[in-house]
Amino acid sequence: MTEEILAVTDLHVSFKTQAGMVTAVRGVNFNLNKGETLAIVGESGSGKSVTAKAIMRLLPKHNAQISQGGILYEGQDLLNLSVNDMQKVRGSEIAMVFQDPMTSLNPTMRIGKQIMEGLLKHQKLSKTVAKEKALQMLELVGIPNAKERLEAYPHQFSGGMRQRVVIAMALACNPHILIADEPTTALDVTIQAQILQLMKDLQEKMDTAIILITHDLGVVANMADHVAVMYAGEIVEQGTLDEIFYQPQHPYTLGLLRSMPNLSASRSEPLIPIPGSPPDVMTLGTGCPFAARCPHTMKVCHDFLPKYTHLSDSHTVMCWLQDERTPSAQIPEEVGSVYE
Amino acid sequence: MKKNEELLVVSDLKKHFPVGKKSSLKAVDGISFTIKKGETLGLVGESGCGKSTVGRVITQIYQPSSGEVLFNNDSVHGRISGAAKKEKKRSMQMIFQDPYSSLNPRMTVMEIISEGLIIHSPGLGRKERESKVNELLELVGLNKKHAQRFPHEFSGGQRQRIGIARALAVEPEFIVADEPIAALDVSIQAQIVNLLKKLQDEKELTYLFIAHDLSMVKYISDRIAVMYLGKIMEITESETLYEKPLHPYTRALLSAIPIPDPDMERSREQIILTGDVPSPIDLPSGCRFRTRCPNVMGVCSEIEPQFLEVESNHFVSCHLYDEQVMSREDAVPLYDEKVSTYQTV
Repeated sequence: MTEEILAVTDLHVSFKTQAGMVTAVRGVNFNLNKGETLAIVGESGSGKSVTAKAIMRLLPKHNAQISQGGILYEGQDLLNLSVNDMQKVRGSEIAMVFQDPMTSLNPTMRIGKQIMEGLLKHQKLSKTVAKEKALQMLELVGIPNAKERLEAYPHQFSGGMRQRVVIAMALACNPHILIADEPTTALDVTIQAQILQLMKDLQEKMDTAIILITHDLGVVANMADHVAVMYAGEIVEQGTLDEIFYQPQHPYTLGLLRSMPNLSASRSEPLIPIPGSPPDVMTLGTGCPFAARCPHTMKVCHDFLPKYTHLSDSHTVMCWLQDERTPSAQIPEEVGSVYE
Repeated sequence: MKKNEELLVVSDLKKHFPVGKKSSLKAVDGISFTIKKGETLGLVGESGCGKSTVGRVITQIYQPSSGEVLFNNDSVHGRISGAAKKEKKRSMQMIFQDPYSSLNPRMTVMEIISEGLIIHSPGLGRKERESKVNELLELVGLNKKHAQRFPHEFSGGQRQRIGIARALAVEPEFIVADEPIAALDVSIQAQIVNLLKKLQDEKELTYLFIAHDLSMVKYISDRIAVMYLGKIMEITESETLYEKPLHPYTRALLSAIPIPDPDMERSREQIILTGDVPSPIDLPSGCRFRTRCPNVMGVCSEIEPQFLEVESNHFVSCHLYDEQVMSREDAVPLYDEKVSTYQTV
């Protein structure tokens, strides 16, 4: 059963800055199916968090602007909803877990009250029922002595515990979509393993679709069904987990995979980094944003933005090497052309 | 100087920070290790385990509560003359974690890198100093033009290169790198690790490489020490640590790292530790890992394990490998789970 629940089409987000308009997200397309996990991977500044915030309509009003595109959630465009209608969706149907568990909880409010907030607002439960449900949620995310802990303040919890609370809060209203923006980046590896396992278990129980934003390819391999690789505001490659990891077609995806250390490889094999650093979105030209760091650039790459090439039903890539109009180009060996 | 000589000897080092009137936070609670010339020792552990404090005590940013650090057979702390102290500080340099806050935003790159030279090589003239800075910039993969710029004009990876150039300016023998890649993007991390390796070969540097990310540490370290709550749990050659981890904590730590390979992720068995790290102010009795250990035994809360060499060059602090303790009556697992659920992947 692959029932589509969210479709983002041609999303453009720009910010007003002192130096003029900056387009941080430049035409993002993806679909999310019920109960599935889509991972959005990319380096800092690639626009992955902005995409997430655009879906939640949490971008700052004074300088951010969704200049183009649509976000279809169960058939309705979230961008056309009124502020009040959006508030009904936010938290109850689509919920979000933020990166930093230290700052995403209100320090002056008891944990129980924070979890109850959404339940009271969205599900119109009575206080006693909401409290009962909050207790259940705390138990579900594995917090010991949940009953006493309802009365505790955030500073009395450790980082991993706080992230559990944040997840409990996000899932309290049984949302259809959970957007997790780097949910484990601020945590230690042993705690990260706990939280990822928890998210998987809860997804199975509640049939939630997850958009997981991360820069850690290990986390992606552990969690995702589909992967979208973002670079400079664009999805340069997207496909199923196996397509991205075993048949990467974009030189950037390949570069990312190769610069990750492999525990089973020997020390003498050097890491292969991507040369240079990510571009400044303010000064991007008309060509492919990765051209300056790409080992396989051609003249066309600097002048024109490549179009999407569909390699299979699920696998698309934005690279001139795969474009049918570049017949004379030698596709480098490591970027295998597996679909020919 | 011979290559196999010990450059740094740390013995029973402790650093306790007073908390309130009666208690103290035992950040480093009696650790011993040595680093040979030209070697890289990786020091890994979760946040709050005291790994950065170790680096700071060695580089004399902190004074130890007790214990001793010998550098080239000389004591680093305690009563030494001002000149000797200055010389020690020159030969031990540090690279910091956060490339954003470790460079003074009001100084140009030239000023930042030449600051150490002014103090430690006062004989150098301005011209010589400038050409030295330019040389250093080339060495770390930047160029002359960058010398007149300010830190905010650089990306994270470039800033970390400036931090490395600053550390190298005074020609140290030993560098403490405190999570030098943690704040960088994945594609940049590999660049910095390769740079550090290249510099080590060229300048015969010795590193203490502090990190929480076990996967990158492997690439740079000859030996790795795993720390937990102020103590070293296991120390051995890096290949051995990954192939044959002995301490239950090391096993859990290794198995917690997500592997960027979907097939491996689907098939492997993960050890997921329960609970959180206890507070270093109020440590558990006996073994400090027992509250989270999947192999905990009755004896673990009674006596603290000794740091034993169970195989050559492989030290572990765990009762499971201590025959004397294992012959005791209370050396039986508290949980039913098999002792060895760990599979090498």
